[in-house]
Amino acid sequence: MQAFDYVRATSVDEVVSLLAENGDQARVLSGGTDLLVALREGRRRAKLVIDVKALPETTEMVYSPDSGLRLGAAVPCHRMYDDKAVAQAYPGLMDAATLIGGTQIQGRASMGGNLCNASPAADSIPTLIAHGAVAVIAGPNGKRELPVEEFCTGPGRHAMQDSEFLLYLNIPAPVDGFGGAYRRFIPRNEMDIAVVGCGASVVLDEGRSKIVSARVSLGAVAPTPLFVQAAGDALAGKAANADAVEEAARIAQDAAKPISDMRGTAEYRKHIAGVLTRRVLTQAIDRAKAA
Amino acid sequence: MSNLVRVQAKINGQDKEFLAEPRQSLLEILRENLQLTGAKEGCNNGNCGACNVIMNGILVNSCLVLAVEAEDAELTTIEGVAGPQGLHPLQQKFLEHAALQCGICTPGFIISAKALLAKNPDPTEHEVRLWLAGNLCRCTGYDKIVRAVLDAADSPEMEAVSG
Repeated sequence: MQAFDYVRATSVDEVVSLLAENGDQARVLSGGTDLLVALREGRRRAKLVIDVKALPETTEMVYSPDSGLRLGAAVPCHRMYDDKAVAQAYPGLMDAATLIGGTQIQGRASMGGNLCNASPAADSIPTLIAHGAVAVIAGPNGKRELPVEEFCTGPGRHAMQDSEFLLYLNIPAPVDGFGGAYRRFIPRNEMDIAVVGCGASVVLDEGRSKIVSARVSLGAVAPTPLFVQAAGDALAGKAANADAVEEAARIAQDAAKPISDMRGTAEYRKHIAGVLTRRVLTQAIDRAKAA
Repeated sequence: MSNLVRVQAKINGQDKEFLAEPRQSLLEILRENLQLTGAKEGCNNGNCGACNVIMNGILVNSCLVLAVEAEDAELTTIEGVAGPQGLHPLQQKFLEHAALQCGICTPGFIISAKALLAKNPDPTEHEVRLWLAGNLCRCTGYDKIVRAVLDAADSPEMEAVSG
């Protein structure tokens, strides 16, 4: 692997000033499951690797039923599903946390890192978008917030400046009648990259028969994970039934702009985007009814 | 190029100190500096699990951990699995079930299975297969490995070993 220096940072200010000094020659390390591979293969260059796993901001996971989940950017997936309260509150996040890589990847990989890696096919991003997650970013001017759907700007590119880094994700508390889900389509059972991924959430009314609001997001069908706002908007006010879901699935399918590659043709992906949206929305509604 | 960093870690119950370049993976240091060659380099990118070790109770790919990240860590490698009484029940069951052929993947499988049984002492076949999905074997077809792990979980000897 290319040579670099390593710093185990102990404060947010230290990270920001190291990033400001070193520009794009510095890389932030959390779980390393993407970064170390990219450095080894020469896809990324770095003179300095800044380990952020000694900061409370990036390593804490705090959940309360009132304020929701503050998920440090370096919290590995296993800590999410090993925490009973978090796992119970956010089954739609667990859908992704339990299928990113294998067990040993989930021991290190974080949703924050998955977001910063900005792969169009990232498993956690569509479900974070569906859950209304907000990224909290630290930089020279302090903290700023960015909805996750605005974070990725292209394959492997994101909206952070060189001197900024991701501190944590704020995920709203599930309100009464909330249900969320994520699924991806892959041609095997495990250990693969999404051909299409879909995250969705709904809020049902008190009688659990009408949809108050909904959010739909697709992965691997565009240069960035896609927030299909029109699909969610079309569901608002509708009865929580198959017709409404079908219409939203059609809108999501139309919004998908996939490419053809070794994982599937554009036409195939577009078809799957509709099928997955229907299934994931149905699951989100079922979860909302059961909650 | 880069300065060597002094790292202290507890490996298989023993305090160890080693020097590492920041760019060196934990796997590289284990194999080349500490002569713990049980962990294997398969893919070197986190796909195959042949380099798996247990770090602070968590299963990790040692190829995807920088050695400098192991400062103050507790590590278990395949060399630390057998006890003074002999083979670990998992190792014994791998032998009995002939759950290996070329053997390259075996240390990773045993370490992964050990981490599984520490967390879930009585896994279903599905849970074993899911847990081991990140360990690749090109010889056995997995079935004998899965049988060996299930058999080890059921064996009275498992209760005698911690984790």
